Amino acid sequence: MPANKLMSMRKAIERFVPDGASVALGLALEAMIPFAAGHELIRQRRRDLTLIGPISDMLFDQLIGAGCVRKVQAAWVGNVSEGLAHNYRRATEQGIPHPLSVEEQSNFSMALSLLAAGLGVSYLPTKSLLGSDIPRQNPTFRQGTDPWTGEPILLVPAIRPDVTILHVQRADSDGNAHIWGCLGICEEAAQAAQGIIMVAEEIVPRETILSDPNRILAPAFKVLAVVHEPGGAHPAPVQGYYNRDHATFRAYHAQTRSVEGFQQWLAEWVTGIANRQEYLARLGAERWQTLGVKEHRYAAPVDYGY
Amino acid sequence: MPEYTPQELMVVCAAREIRDGEVVFVGMRLPLIAFALAKRTHAPGAIGLFENGLMRDTPSPELLYTMGDAPNVLGAQWATRMLNVMGLMAQGWADLGFIGGAEIDRFGNLNTSRIGDWQRPTVKLPGSGGGADIASLAGRLAVILAHDKRRFRERVDFVTSAGYGEGGNWRQRVGLPRGGPSAVITTLGVLAFDPQTGEAFLRSYHPFSSAQEVQENTGWPLRLASELAPTQAPTADELRIIRECDPQGFWTR
Repeated sequence: MPANKLMSMRKAIERFVPDGASVALGLALEAMIPFAAGHELIRQRRRDLTLIGPISDMLFDQLIGAGCVRKVQAAWVGNVSEGLAHNYRRATEQGIPHPLSVEEQSNFSMALSLLAAGLGVSYLPTKSLLGSDIPRQNPTFRQGTDPWTGEPILLVPAIRPDVTILHVQRADSDGNAHIWGCLGICEEAAQAAQGIIMVAEEIVPRETILSDPNRILAPAFKVLAVVHEPGGAHPAPVQGYYNRDHATFRAYHAQTRSVEGFQQWLAEWVTGIANRQEYLARLGAERWQTLGVKEHRYAAPVDYGY
Repeated sequence: MPEYTPQELMVVCAAREIRDGEVVFVGMRLPLIAFALAKRTHAPGAIGLFENGLMRDTPSPELLYTMGDAPNVLGAQWATRMLNVMGLMAQGWADLGFIGGAEIDRFGNLNTSRIGDWQRPTVKLPGSGGGADIASLAGRLAVILAHDKRRFRERVDFVTSAGYGEGGNWRQRVGLPRGGPSAVITTLGVLAFDPQTGEAFLRSYHPFSSAQEVQENTGWPLRLASELAPTQAPTADELRIIRECDPQGFWTR
């Protein structure tokens, strides 16, 4: 019997992301970043989080600046089209708003860490990063010897997030979800996690999702909450729904050069509003329309008949 | 003054590193346009891999600010998981990879992580992204960065992405399966590497620069190619295509 796990973002974060949790997010890389979930973490004043992700296009910087984060396990924290992340710099260089522990990763090692957890093993080997200083900075890596070839090999330890937050195009109320476009390490992070929060642009009937089971992202029984949050990835893009809002990334980069600027940004876009609907209202209908899909491009249907 | 920007020339240099039929790990920023330029000129058979899981045998229909922009998915030859494209590269299928950097040294080691004492950095840079993986696993590596003394240092503070390490057969010793930098494309010229020692040398200086200017902006005595020459300027056709790709000049002006 499918369960109804639909709830508001506020409730999902309140119930399933406690202080001190390890949270994986931003797993499709630049696309489908769960900004709405991140902003709710800030509004609920979560503390001592460990953030896990490959690259973070701005969201990690916002959570760090708001004081939610104790530790980062990531390959890259910045602003992809603009450059450096000012809050990340302030935290690592000056301890503002408080010191931050950073375990450097590469994209591949991040993916392997989650894959290892998802396979139920404690590590996976790779030839990437041999000779790099990354394993020196991040002591969780170990150097080993390949028992078959006798060659050096890097052992990447499993990372098992308490919760993985995924933004998808559509889901049913039980957590069956379809994702398409940039997949990044979404599947690995879902497999590795203890539990999943599924944030969807649309809630559709179970039959719609099960009509195309190859496109389903993760086992619904691991899904803790389903949140219907249209526009919840803005300013990141969602294939078939809206495009990346480059101007928002540019404005954030300029405004957050100073702590004061970041505080103003935070008040305007996160703490001074209640939810994503108010965020989109503040953005304005006209602006939202410019980001919309200009021309729909549907895939050919597939036949699962027998 | 030349009729093009340094960024436009860098895109042209990057595109020229791509040979027809090669599989290229594309990366961020200028290489996004360089891949499109190569596809539309001398390398129509090139295939692009993107670490978010995309593979393309045609250029994106629109300018990309990031590899995750929606136009990069439309018409992709494959939209899969990161592990599949990283796996292709780990096996040796990626002939060439592109990365940027903040600091580079005479053996092509790159730092994109931390400036100063690495345990207490004075500047925290964003980190590796896929850069360290591309530097470890691609057949050849092309690096793109601005040329000044602060960035071209005798030794980098932190090796994010390994070049030739301490030189010689260092890559083999540490267990890297292949690869190493083959070109460093800068705002002033193009560097290449001695296959025996792994040390960088100046292959060409850009037409608006000089060997002397390159040396003045490099933090070690830079060796020169025996046939040192100015970088070949962009053709009218190359410039037309770049400006079609980036009409507002977001990346190239």
